[in-house]
Amino acid sequence: MRKAAFMSPIISIKNLTKTYDSGHNALSDVSLDINAGEIIALLGPNGAGKTTLIGATCGLVRISSGSITVGGFDVERQSRQARQMIGLVPQEIALEMWTTVFDTVRFTRGLFGRAPDDAYLEKILRSLSLWDKKDTKCMELSGGMKRRVLIAKALSHQPKVLFLDEPTAGVDVGLRREMWDVVRDLKAEGVTVILTTHYIEEAEEMADRIGVIAKGRILLVQDKVELMSSFGRKVLTLQLQDPLEQVPAALADYDLELGAGGHSLRYSYDTRAERTGITRLISDLAQAGISVRDLESKASSLEEVFLELVEETA
Amino acid sequence: MNWRAVWSIYRSEMARFFRTLSQSIISPVISTVLYFVVFGAAIGGRIDQVEGIPYGAFIVPGLVMLTVLQQSLSNASFGIYFPKFVGTVYELFSAPVSFLEIVLGFVGAAATKSLSIAVIIIATAAFFVDLTILHPVWAIAFLVLTGLSFSLLGFIIGIWAKNFEQLNLIPMLVVTPLVFLGGAFYSASMLPGVWQVVVKFNPVLYLISGFRWSFFGVADVPVAVSLGAISLFLALCLGVIWWIFKTGWRLRS
Repeated sequence: MRKAAFMSPIISIKNLTKTYDSGHNALSDVSLDINAGEIIALLGPNGAGKTTLIGATCGLVRISSGSITVGGFDVERQSRQARQMIGLVPQEIALEMWTTVFDTVRFTRGLFGRAPDDAYLEKILRSLSLWDKKDTKCMELSGGMKRRVLIAKALSHQPKVLFLDEPTAGVDVGLRREMWDVVRDLKAEGVTVILTTHYIEEAEEMADRIGVIAKGRILLVQDKVELMSSFGRKVLTLQLQDPLEQVPAALADYDLELGAGGHSLRYSYDTRAERTGITRLISDLAQAGISVRDLESKASSLEEVFLELVEETA
Repeated sequence: MNWRAVWSIYRSEMARFFRTLSQSIISPVISTVLYFVVFGAAIGGRIDQVEGIPYGAFIVPGLVMLTVLQQSLSNASFGIYFPKFVGTVYELFSAPVSFLEIVLGFVGAAATKSLSIAVIIIATAAFFVDLTILHPVWAIAFLVLTGLSFSLLGFIIGIWAKNFEQLNLIPMLVVTPLVFLGGAFYSASMLPGVWQVVVKFNPVLYLISGFRWSFFGVADVPVAVSLGAISLFLALCLGVIWWIFKTGWRLRS
């Protein structure tokens, strides 16, 4: 059904736990497989452990227990081979400001042990609309361009996996869309992208799969389409004129729930179904002699589900 | 061994040196000229000779060592501290680079810078005094060993420092006094009794003495002892760096 299901994982995280020296438990028994060529969004509030997870995979954070492999290489014992496969775009803009765009990208390629290839770097810079800025010092670039330089650096050594740590945090809408386009292009080229974000719409927009992470635990990882379908339901709440003691037998076919001491009826329905059944329900209610004072419908969106999940663990 | 990474770090560090070329070169040259004016002309007029060497020439090895020590420390400590400060250090530690390769890149560049400046200072000094170097190979050996050791020490300071104040603390409070009390401008034999013993505990004395011997053939301590001392210091710095590498101290959280 989903092509990702047939692919072997390029990153395999098993029972990963990270406790900092301060005693803060940033990750608890996290297991996650990431498939080659997919875009996975790790969605979670600030302090959920997203950046620690990235840090542990990239070698910036020591693992307390558990293991991570990238392309089959253990990130601690075979760090050189594992890191060669990874490109990292950090959350904060960190660039040597007096260096030119081309020099800083060339530097990263060298750092990863790749032979100089200016033609390849030109291709990357062109794809990120940075080529005309190649001789500009990083300090003279706009915020959006600096972020794109970070992406160019991360791609300079032709990684198989790209980590984007909150790439659009504090970025305006136009630039966000631009970033999304860049990520889509990368996917088209076969790069596996791991994206952390606390913007739900970003996860919805970009990802093949979504992982929800909170308080150092992965709460769920699911195919985005499946996730959206299970959460794409709405609830119609009908405020009744007179309270009911129970749902009348004539309305037993509907998925109805009595609430507010019998003063309201909640009807759950699928927004994408051919018929929602609302018209028929209202007509059946009238036939059963039930008067409706008011009604409202509410989406059980990913955002709500996300908040519910996160709150449950609080 | 990822030599490309070593070369990338080395080149990027040297690029910083060349970006601030006037500052990197003019500043030590001016300092040297000032030392010659103050010590060579003003004091040298009263001292005339030390151990048979004209005072102006006598202070040259000490001046060169003073600059090599300070430049090695500041270049190496700033070199690794700056990426920590601006956040670009993530790139070094997430790259397929061993700590040895990182050290080679940074320390190699810092030592290159300080040794280049040493050459410039010797050239500047030659304008003021007649200089002959009796043992040029040994002079180069002492310079390289000192440049490397203090670049390693600088690298350790750069890793240790959490702010600019700490970055300047050891060079200001420890190294500069040690250099001034290490016989840069005088012979240890000129000091009163007890100070001749105290000064033997100053490691910098051995560096300056050995380097001065390679110029004039006179030394405060036997040259073999000088060589042993600088080698020991180099080994000590390497040991600390190996420990940092092994434990990830101040590098990985």
